[in-house]
Amino acid sequence: MQDSMSERTKRSVINHKVVPYLFIAPFIIFFVVVYLYPFFKTIIMSFQRIDGPNHITWIGISNYQKLFKDRNFAQSLMTTLRYAVWDLIILCSVPLIVAVILNSGYVKFPAFFKSVFFIPALTSTIVAGIVFRLAFGTLETSIANRVLALFGQKSQDWLMHPGTANFVLIILTLWRWMGVNVVYYISGLQSIPPELYEAAEIDGASSLQKFFYVTLPGVRPVLIYVITITVLGGFAMFTESVALFTQKYAGGIGRTIVGYMYQVGFYKSNLGMASAVGIVLLVIVFTVNFIQLILMGFFKKEN
Amino acid sequence: MGYKTKKRILTVLATLLMVILAVFTLSPFYFMFLSSLKPGTEMLRYGLSFTFDPQISSFKNYEALNTYREGIYWDWYKSSLILMVLQTLIGLFLGSLVGYGLAMYDFKGKNIVITIVLLLMMVPFEILLLPLYQMLIKAKMINSYFGVILPYLVPPFMIFFFRQYCLSLPREMMEAAYMDGCSDFGIFFRIMVPNMIPAYGAMTILSCMNCWNNLLWPLIVLSNDRKFTIPIGMATTITPYGNAYDVLMPGAVMAVVPIVIIYLFAQKTFIAGLTSGAVKG
Repeated sequence: MQDSMSERTKRSVINHKVVPYLFIAPFIIFFVVVYLYPFFKTIIMSFQRIDGPNHITWIGISNYQKLFKDRNFAQSLMTTLRYAVWDLIILCSVPLIVAVILNSGYVKFPAFFKSVFFIPALTSTIVAGIVFRLAFGTLETSIANRVLALFGQKSQDWLMHPGTANFVLIILTLWRWMGVNVVYYISGLQSIPPELYEAAEIDGASSLQKFFYVTLPGVRPVLIYVITITVLGGFAMFTESVALFTQKYAGGIGRTIVGYMYQVGFYKSNLGMASAVGIVLLVIVFTVNFIQLILMGFFKKEN
Repeated sequence: MGYKTKKRILTVLATLLMVILAVFTLSPFYFMFLSSLKPGTEMLRYGLSFTFDPQISSFKNYEALNTYREGIYWDWYKSSLILMVLQTLIGLFLGSLVGYGLAMYDFKGKNIVITIVLLLMMVPFEILLLPLYQMLIKAKMINSYFGVILPYLVPPFMIFFFRQYCLSLPREMMEAAYMDGCSDFGIFFRIMVPNMIPAYGAMTILSCMNCWNNLLWPLIVLSNDRKFTIPIGMATTITPYGNAYDVLMPGAVMAVVPIVIIYLFAQKTFIAGLTSGAVKG
């Protein structure tokens, strides 16, 4: 009896050393196959010229040198940078303002509006892009040009110039993602204890002071999360630009880093060069996010 | 000005602002539907129009979806649906399994695994496409559905989310079952899975949204145009020249339908679930 008891305890102890690993095994296998191996492979490939499975030459940093001399790459980098900066500014601030207004108690039916703002996120960007491409078309009768005409302005070739093209991209992105960020922000706002606002009111704080000293610090964790995913989404943007400019990118307008990588890798079959583009993208995203996390005080201990 | 008047004015202003934003948000759907009823030549000549013109409008374009290249649109539709169901079911199962394991057990290396999961949520997946593509060629999985869902089998954001959710569940529930002689996997399937239904609801929508909208990776993997998904088909095959708007517009309207249905079904759990993950993150 004694024996069988200890036998049982022993078995359960062994079990408890093995079982957790059984639970996480799918992730470990997945991580190695889908992330780790391809990650190192990308780094290696970025130093190679690949003319076929059996024709691989080491060429050192030559891919990178070519890349930084390539005007098309510089243009794609500029397009991405311009988009990412505006994306970050607009997509972090506008939904925050909307969330604050929705959460202020002044709006009738806030839940209804929250649901409405979310609907665009359910559509496919390509599908939505068809409408946006028409709305910002070259025709004088296109919706955007008719709005300009109302203000006595001349018609624009919206998608043919870098500045206006970026504007349309940002509008498309804001339309599609605003509702998602509003949902995130509202959850953050609702986690702020109402006593803080009451205390601020007693101290005679104005609405603006309350926003900067109570609301903003209160949504900081959510803000960090939203900024992090917006940085990632901004620099890795591809689908939105295909939706508006198709994959041909006349004159290179609208071609992003990922769009450039796709062209180099799959149209020109230059896998080495495309890998170098990927590594540049990774370095940019990590650097920007790291700086952002430091600025936002993510690594600081809460006091 | 009295407090009450001020409050009333603010209410009107704030609600009005939200109404304007809602109109902006919904207008593309209005234009989409209106255009789907008109001949494609209208779109080429005038672009989108605000007005409904009963003389030239009809549901004839929707019939064109059946005839356009022997109904290829419905092939894409089928592809999109199959991928969405497969990717979501597998992701939910494996994501919750791993998330649960990370929440409930203590073991060596646990913190490293959690850090990796968090880090992966910050890596632009796009940079891994080329080696993954080569892998699929070697494994002869190009143009297969499994190839498309391979990078999404155990999504890190789901692991993170399910872990957060499991942490909020009472541990005693699991310990009591263990005392009664329930095995570890028995506890997961019989006790945890039913308790995680709200989390499954939230992740179902998020996964369906991602899958339905995915362009780059399926575009690389799928080479047979009968196997394309809706976004690939619409982005590459139907060019906006000639009369293609006859197919594009009704196609766009039909593409919105399934995901909105899923959203309406799981909306309540979705918003609640999504936010619980974000606040703690």
